[in-house]
Amino acid sequence: MKEHIVIRTVSRGLIPFIQLFALYVVAHGDLSPGGGFQGGVIFGASVILYVLAFGMPEGRKRISEKMSDILTSTGVLIFAGIGVMCLFAGGAFLEYNALAIWSDHPEYAKHHASHLGIYGIEIGVGITVAAVMITIFFETAGHYDD
Amino acid sequence: MIDLLLLFFLVVCALAAISIKDLLSCTIMLGAYSLVMAVVWMRLNAVDVAFTEASVGAGMSGILMIAALSRTKRGEAGGKNKRMFDFRNTLIFLVVVVTCGILIYGTMDMPDFGDKDAPAQTHVAKRYVEKGYEETAERNMVSAVLAGYRGYDTLGETTVIFTAGIAVILLLRRRKRR
Repeated sequence: MKEHIVIRTVSRGLIPFIQLFALYVVAHGDLSPGGGFQGGVIFGASVILYVLAFGMPEGRKRISEKMSDILTSTGVLIFAGIGVMCLFAGGAFLEYNALAIWSDHPEYAKHHASHLGIYGIEIGVGITVAAVMITIFFETAGHYDD
Repeated sequence: MIDLLLLFFLVVCALAAISIKDLLSCTIMLGAYSLVMAVVWMRLNAVDVAFTEASVGAGMSGILMIAALSRTKRGEAGGKNKRMFDFRNTLIFLVVVVTCGILIYGTMDMPDFGDKDAPAQTHVAKRYVEKGYEETAERNMVSAVLAGYRGYDTLGETTVIFTAGIAVILLLRRRKRR
């Protein structure tokens, strides 16, 4: 589809907004529907749209094989890392309230800790999901090189 | 009324996805099925599920299936000899009808939709509703359950997705020739 100027122009205009919406969905998972999984899928879809419009080599220039591989494991690492941090803070695995011991505001500490912990794991889920979606697309559609 | 209409659309989409021979059209029909399903989830007030269904079912899985189609042929193989009354097909039809009847019979015992005495509402749901914000600082109850109370499950899900990505890399990535 590389030669279709309409598709290229439209996707060039749309992709920033799709990615912004994906970040919004991840960041506002605590208030509105959505969260790491949905945001990650939308982000992955925006990259796939880019690849469909501009071709596989151009897409690989933006997100290299190495980068998507690293991102795939980074998300799980963030998730599990926050769980282990909770262990070091003296709580159970993924017990975010335990992170409160590093807070400066004792009265809100537990709420803040829990909030930040959940933010962290949502971001981790989002990174992994987006990277895996991109990887699956690149690898399954890869043999066309188009 | 609208629920019946949505059910009708779902059945039409499902039948079309089964009967169409062209695999690309099948994929598109499945996407349409997911989109209608997302509306059904909205009708059931399950907004998060609707969101996931719309983004994953209608968007992503369709794209990935088309990507997989680029590696195979577009048409379905075989299916030349078409007789309406085959013994095997009749048997399969009977099994499906009986199973469907048993499943429908099973739903008779289920509590009504939104029943306050349903088992789903009487055990942990009460705690989630009353103490969810206090304990997890999440206003969206679904996020509170997914990331807070059921953090282990979500970690497991993420690991499953991670494993899927690794498996795809291992199976499909062309190794560089040395």
